[in-house]
Amino acid sequence: MKSSRRKFIKLAGLTALGWSVCPSLASARSNRYRKIPGALKADRWAMAIDIQKLSDEVMQKAIEACHRLHNVPDIDSRQNVKWIWVETFKPLFDDQVHAHQMEGKEKLPLLTLCNHCDTPPCVRVCPTKATFKRHDGIVLMDFHRCIGCRFCMAGCPYGSRSFNYSDPRRFLNNDELSPDYPTRSKGVVEKCEFCAHLVDQGERPACVEAAEGVLFFGDLSDPDSEVRRVLRDRYSLVRKAKLGTEPQVYYLI
Amino acid sequence: MLEKAIKGSALYWIWLLGLLAVIGAGFGAYLTQLEHGLTVTALDRDVSWGLYIAQLTFLVGVAASAVMMVIPKYLHNHQAFARMLILGEFMAVATIIMCLLFVIVDLGQPQRLMNVVLHPTPSSVLFWDMVVLNGYLFLNILIGWVTLQAERKRVGPPRWIKPFIYLSIPWAISIHTVTAYLYAGLPGRDFWLTASMAPSFLASAFAAGPALLILLAFAVKVFAKWDPGREAIQSLAKIVTYALAAYLFLIGCKIFTAGYSMVPDKLAHWQYLYFGLEGHTMLATFMWVSTAAGVTALLILLFPKNRQSDNILAFACVLVLICTWIEKGLGLITTGFVPTPMKEVLTYAPTGPEILITLGIYGIGFLIITVLWKVGIDVRKEIEA
Amino acid sequence: MYDAKKIIPGLIIFALFFTFPFWFNLGTAAYTTPELELPDPEEHEHCIESTEYMRAEHMAMLDEWRDIYVRDGYQEYWSELNQEYFLTSLTKTCMDCHSDKEKFCDRCHEATAVDPYCWDCHIEP
Repeated sequence: MKSSRRKFIKLAGLTALGWSVCPSLASARSNRYRKIPGALKADRWAMAIDIQKLSDEVMQKAIEACHRLHNVPDIDSRQNVKWIWVETFKPLFDDQVHAHQMEGKEKLPLLTLCNHCDTPPCVRVCPTKATFKRHDGIVLMDFHRCIGCRFCMAGCPYGSRSFNYSDPRRFLNNDELSPDYPTRSKGVVEKCEFCAHLVDQGERPACVEAAEGVLFFGDLSDPDSEVRRVLRDRYSLVRKAKLGTEPQVYYLI
Repeated sequence: MLEKAIKGSALYWIWLLGLLAVIGAGFGAYLTQLEHGLTVTALDRDVSWGLYIAQLTFLVGVAASAVMMVIPKYLHNHQAFARMLILGEFMAVATIIMCLLFVIVDLGQPQRLMNVVLHPTPSSVLFWDMVVLNGYLFLNILIGWVTLQAERKRVGPPRWIKPFIYLSIPWAISIHTVTAYLYAGLPGRDFWLTASMAPSFLASAFAAGPALLILLAFAVKVFAKWDPGREAIQSLAKIVTYALAAYLFLIGCKIFTAGYSMVPDKLAHWQYLYFGLEGHTMLATFMWVSTAAGVTALLILLFPKNRQSDNILAFACVLVLICTWIEKGLGLITTGFVPTPMKEVLTYAPTGPEILITLGIYGIGFLIITVLWKVGIDVRKEIEA
Repeated sequence: MYDAKKIIPGLIIFALFFTFPFWFNLGTAAYTTPELELPDPEEHEHCIESTEYMRAEHMAMLDEWRDIYVRDGYQEYWSELNQEYFLTSLTKTCMDCHSDKEKFCDRCHEATAVDPYCWDCHIEP
């Protein structure tokens, strides 16, 4: 009898342990789901930006289409949120710039967005797999899971990630929210998603649609895709190639 | 043993109440942060980590430094540390708890904290940091409590605790190494991207931690009327001296690599840190204070005569803390982010709520140290009486 | 018993504290099942699963949906009951019929004092 209390506690502990492990084993997913039949498919999505055709008007159209669709707020501070935005040539291609560049080329405005790297450091550092790479190469955010540690922002060498320092709805017109995409809650990180939700419905990304003929989107593993064709024909750059992150947004020079 | 924590002098209770007031203010500020989000801080799109994560980095070092007494005591039978070791272990407990709190207040979604455990991700250094910090906390509570209890009963510590003590040695090194790896493995952050990150973290930790211990030991001498022993303090002073020298040497090595190679991506950060760029010089002012404090402290400590004088030693230890706290607690994090990936330069200056929350957590840390040390010292007094 | 003067009051305080929810709610109205506004039964015979299942499991289902949709890229759910695929979407499937959040979601959630954060981000139709 003397050891019975100890035995009881041991047993209770083991039971609690079993209980906490088992539900996670039991919740194997059923095969009750399917993809939308018309979804676009690729092994490696990539984007090419024709910088010769980039005008202010085209860029604004692309940004507008993206930020409107995804309910991206415009915050007038350094705590702003950006998915796709304008930067000039020099900061984007700092390692390509020298003192005697063609007149004005340094200040050439270009579009920038998440590079959907093939070896993305943000995915490597995320402690919860809240940011992850899909089989088709798109680097996605799971806003439900993000704990807001911002390790991915330190990990991203391109400054492509934004954090919701406050509730984004404070900066959005709540009567004009786009119903097709949620806003975010405060305290999570967000970024461009190559419009994965549109791709899965068989459509191309919003910015590509808005900037027809300037932005190209396609399957890099398919030699006949539009992206592969323009990359074959034109000289192109990617940002910070030496870091080995293998960015998948190509700039056609 | 805990009953010793609730029997104290008036001064003890006044000190605890003072700490509780600071904690209360910090907690109030944290409630504001929970309500409005991290927008109450000065963090932004580019400098996305700041004061909180910097304190985590500094305090992990202080926690790890307990090993500088465990190694001499258990591997070299240096008995001078026998009486004081418990204080080092309890300080580690308090500092690790502070570290964990600093991680939590830095989170945008603290209520989802458990996602790190629910979706374990071995590729993430932050996951491992969570593992090693919690492991070290557990080890120190276990070892501290068991050895103290054994001493109180005037028997040797149980044999089963020995493996845990030996395990705590590499574990202490690991907490600061893994914390350095948070930074040292990020492509595109040239300031942090260096193999010397972990060694220089450890060196500054082994200077800052023992320096803080020496100061607290002096405080104990005055307020608790208990002398941890001159030899122990002198041994710690030697450790501070060597570690500080190693730390300043490693800083010099980093500056050489950036300065002599003149690679712009490396050099720009150091220019920002020590001279400021584009008129942003606030951090540079602090850094010169840090460097001056570090060099002065080393010049003082190098001479054994200075170390043997309690007052000069205390002064040097204050300088060591100023030096290392500014470097890790202010300079290191911001400079990693500036210049930004878009080559912008900016100044990050923490806001009021940020500072209050930080002070609040330090308050919690000091509260835990006070209570645990009270228990530890009272038990020692009981044994030695 | 040693220290009965301390132990017994301690036990009483503990018991009071532990039963706080019960006596705190004494005197307040008993729980009644809230009146929910359901979609027109002429148009929709039943939900994508049986009412009993939905009542008990809708939160688990939505939790599974969000993972399946966001992480695995599956957008359609097969309903045995309807022999039909539905989009795995809170706003496009659930809210298509249960279009009044206040009269459906909120009433129950308020009565049971739960506060899901779906609508912090997802947009009410």
